[in-house]
Formats: sequence, structure tokens, C-alpha cells
Amino acid sequence: MTTLVIAEHNNSELQASTYNTIAAAKQLSGETVVLVAGHNCESVAEQAAKAEGVDKVLLAQADFLEHLLAEDVEKAVMAQEGDYSHILAPASTFGKNMMPRISALLDVQQISDIISVESDDTFKRPVYAGNAIATVKSNDSKKVITVRATAFDALATEGGSAAIENVDAGSHTPLSNYVSEELTKSERPDLGTAKVVVSGGRGMGNGENFEMLETLADKLGAAVGASRAAVDAGFVPNDYQVGQTGKIVAPELYIAVGISGAIQHLAGMKDSKVIVAINKDEEAPIFQVADYGLVEDLFKAVPELIDAL
Amino acid sequence: MKILVAIKRVIDANVKVRVKPDNSGVETANVKMSMNPFCEIAVEEAVRLKEKGVASEVVAVSIGNQQCQETLRTALALGADKAILVKTDDQLEPLAVSKVLKKVVEQEEPQMVLLGKQSIDGDNNQTGQMLGALLGWGQGTFASEVEVEDGKTKVTREIDGGLQTIELSLPAVITTDLRLNEPRFASLPNIMKAKRKPLDEIALADLGVDTANRTETLSVENPPERSEGVKVETVAELVDKLKNEAKVI
Repeated sequence: MTTLVIAEHNNSELQASTYNTIAAAKQLSGETVVLVAGHNCESVAEQAAKAEGVDKVLLAQADFLEHLLAEDVEKAVMAQEGDYSHILAPASTFGKNMMPRISALLDVQQISDIISVESDDTFKRPVYAGNAIATVKSNDSKKVITVRATAFDALATEGGSAAIENVDAGSHTPLSNYVSEELTKSERPDLGTAKVVVSGGRGMGNGENFEMLETLADKLGAAVGASRAAVDAGFVPNDYQVGQTGKIVAPELYIAVGISGAIQHLAGMKDSKVIVAINKDEEAPIFQVADYGLVEDLFKAVPELIDAL
Repeated sequence: MKILVAIKRVIDANVKVRVKPDNSGVETANVKMSMNPFCEIAVEEAVRLKEKGVASEVVAVSIGNQQCQETLRTALALGADKAILVKTDDQLEPLAVSKVLKKVVEQEEPQMVLLGKQSIDGDNNQTGQMLGALLGWGQGTFASEVEVEDGKTKVTREIDGGLQTIELSLPAVITTDLRLNEPRFASLPNIMKAKRKPLDEIALADLGVDTANRTETLSVENPPERSEGVKVETVAELVDKLKNEAKVI
């Protein structure tokens, strides 16, 4: 048995989610091979080769793989000749976008967003926005799986010395072409992997008020997130959204400010180690999952908190 | 241009889901069912494309039991022209659903298939992408903006780092994210009108698709509960607890 992990990266750095996915792969029998498909991404392959638990790295390079469009990644993966018992990718928008295509072409029912490996064919995954946990056994001969990064602790990023092999990159699908990207630039830690997250909800009132949360985040070395309500209201961009259909986070400390705590939001953050809720409505459901709740007007509490840190 | 919209009937988003005591699944008896919210966004987008003159016909399709007719009638009331129910009492997995939809696409020959990016029951986020691969079509997933021009569609996608725009040749598959649009409410006259719109039924068996399940659900359990926390009175007390009790700052 051999597992193929499809690396998520930006052509210069391996994303943290890939290390978590490698950790999930190591809980399966057999070797772990990492496929780095991209453009001018030798340095990514070198990082993957150093990662603990990696036995071999496949490097598939072509100019059309620069933006990792689903149709092209599908062709690059299908071009690989090895016989893989398991194919894994992170359950990020990268993995969610392309993995089902591979699964369908292999005639396999994908298992999405696993949170534990019970055996080589049985996995746990959340359903109904995390209100239930299903244990699912796959009877397909191959398993195609996306991995919830926060559920698997990453292994060491240094120390390994896997061989790197250049492989076929497939061919470009003219059906789909890249036009542009608008990426949020931030000096703060990545929301998905930050140790501390400060999130704001509808209670923030407007986008300008998020500056207050940014100041708080900078004091704590935190990332800034938001509830769906705050994103829908246009206070912050979509990539801030924490929740069932946004980002799943599980930091050491999650501070929810002016967030009521809809089920869909809780689904994205309730695995955080310590949760703090600041909300003036003492009936807000967020207090049911908070370790420390402060019933207070956020416009009074947040500046006080900034001063106290 | 004809648009096919695939919709799913799920437990209503506002219902608190309960796990069955025997851990075989979640309680569905006497539970309010509705159209999956992402599918509503897909119907709305198709109807808007028709209102703009981009689409000429909107066909809604659902796979499921007799009650799915209600969900399809909702789609008709929102502005779809015609509905197709592929009837089965089985719960199909996304791979099987995408194979069935491929058959429907071959019959209906739409230029665009719109679907929700995921259903809020299984949370799989697979069907649109699988359908795209089986048809050999391009896909624009997690769409927050869709424009159609000259036989192509430009799709802005919500991705982890922000937004990405791609251009797809038609026909193509598009899956909707939350901010693509805000679905309208069906008006009473439109609900009445929807009752007279065509709703065809096809028996799943007649499509000749292998829809056998590939996975078994061994158990469904409640998630681990978080123990009830404490309320603090002041910011100073909060900072003290975080420093000295939780030791996270």
C-alpha cells in the first residue's frame, strides 16, 4: 500500500495544511509519496523532501500548473503511474476544488474532511455542520480523501531526506483559464494555523471598527477572523469567514467579539482549546461554548483589553 | 441558453439536528425539510441569468423521494420553468448523484449546470466537481460572481486567500458560494403559478446508472461536548484567567 499526498503550495512555499495531511497519511499503512504539481516549484519539492514521514517526492512542473486550476491538477494526478491505495489532499479550497474530479474519474466515492483515521478503510468525519460525527467505512478499492488540517498535528518540517523524482505534468485543459486573483495581504499569521484568533461579528457595526480587533490581534500575535454575518455585511473580505463553509480553525485561544454564535459559526471554531466570548447579550449562544464569557459592550471591553495586555 | 439547476432537499438549516439514540443516523421523522440553502442560491442565479436575457430556460432537477416534489415546486415558484424528479427512496452518495445528473445533462443538453457548493447535511462538497469531471467540462466552484459573454463565463471564486477569477468555455459547471446573491422569496401568485408548471418524473431505475453505495456509515454520534465555562465580571479578571488559569497568553 502507498499513499499519495497532493501538496498545497504557492510555488514557493509548502502550505502548513500539507504537513497536517502528511501526518494523516502516516496513520495509514505503507509509504507516503508527495506530489508537488506546479510551476517553478523546485523549492517546494525540496521542502516536502525534508518533511518527516515523506518517503518520496514527485515533482510535476508545467507553466499551466502555476495557478493549480482543478482541471489541470486532475490531469497531472491522473498522469501518475504509481499504484496508490490512498490519495489525500487538505480539505482547503484547493483540495475541495480538485479532489472530487479525481475521485469521479477513478470511480471512487470520496471521503471528505476526515478528522480521524480509524483504520486503512474507516474514518471519522463531521456532518451537519459538526453537530454529528459519522464513522464511515469505504468499500472502494482506492480511497480518495480530504483531510481537515486542524484535526491532525503536523510532524517535523525538517530532518527528512526523501528523493525527488521529476514526473509527467499532464496537459492543459483549455476549457478553463486563469484570469486574476485578489489575495488579502496581511502581516499577521495565517487564519487557519494561527495560535490565537480574534474574530468579530455583526456586533462590530462596520468595517472601520475591525481596526480595533486588528490592534488587539497585533498585541496577541493573532490572526483576525469574522462570522458570516460580518462578511455578508461587507465589513471584511470573504477569506476572513470562520464557519461550516468558511475556514475551520482550532487555535489555542479564540476570542469571539460581538458574535452571537450561530451553529454554522460554532462548526468552524468549537475545537479551539480556549474560547473567550465578549458580547453584551448574555443570552447569546456563543456563551454556551465559551470557557470565559464577558457580558459587556465590546466597544468598552476591547479597548480595555488592549490596554491590559 | 438552457440552464440546469440541481437541488437537494435537506433538513432545514434552522433545525437543531439530533443524533438517533441507536447511533444509526440523525432524526428525520417529523423534522422540517427545505431546499438546501446553497441550492436556493443556485436557483436564484439561474433565474437572474434568465431575467437578464442570458438564459432562455431554467430546468430544476432533484433526486429523491416523492416529497422532493415540494422542493421542486419551490424552485418553480422562484422562477424555474420546468422540473424533473428522478425518483428513488435510496439515499444516493455524491458519486451516484453526479452519474445520474450526467444522464439528465445528456437528455436536456444545458449549456450550464448550476449547483450549490455543498449540502448542509452531508457537507461533502463533491457533486458539482464530480459532474464536471464525468462530463469533461470546466468548473467554477464556490462562485461569488458569474458573468456570461460570447459563449464563455467568467467566474469569481471564493478561495482561502481571497478571490480568484477564471474564464470557462461553455458548457460548464458552476457551484455557488454564499455571497453570489440573496435568494428572493416566492410570491403567492408565483407559488400558484408554479403548480401548473411541468414537473416530470423519471424512475431512477430507468436511467440505467449504477448507484450502489460505496461507503457504509458505521455509526453517527454526538460530537464531544464542551464543558460549560464561567462568566467573568471584568476585563482584568479575564486577563488574569487567561494568564494564570488557561495559560494561553
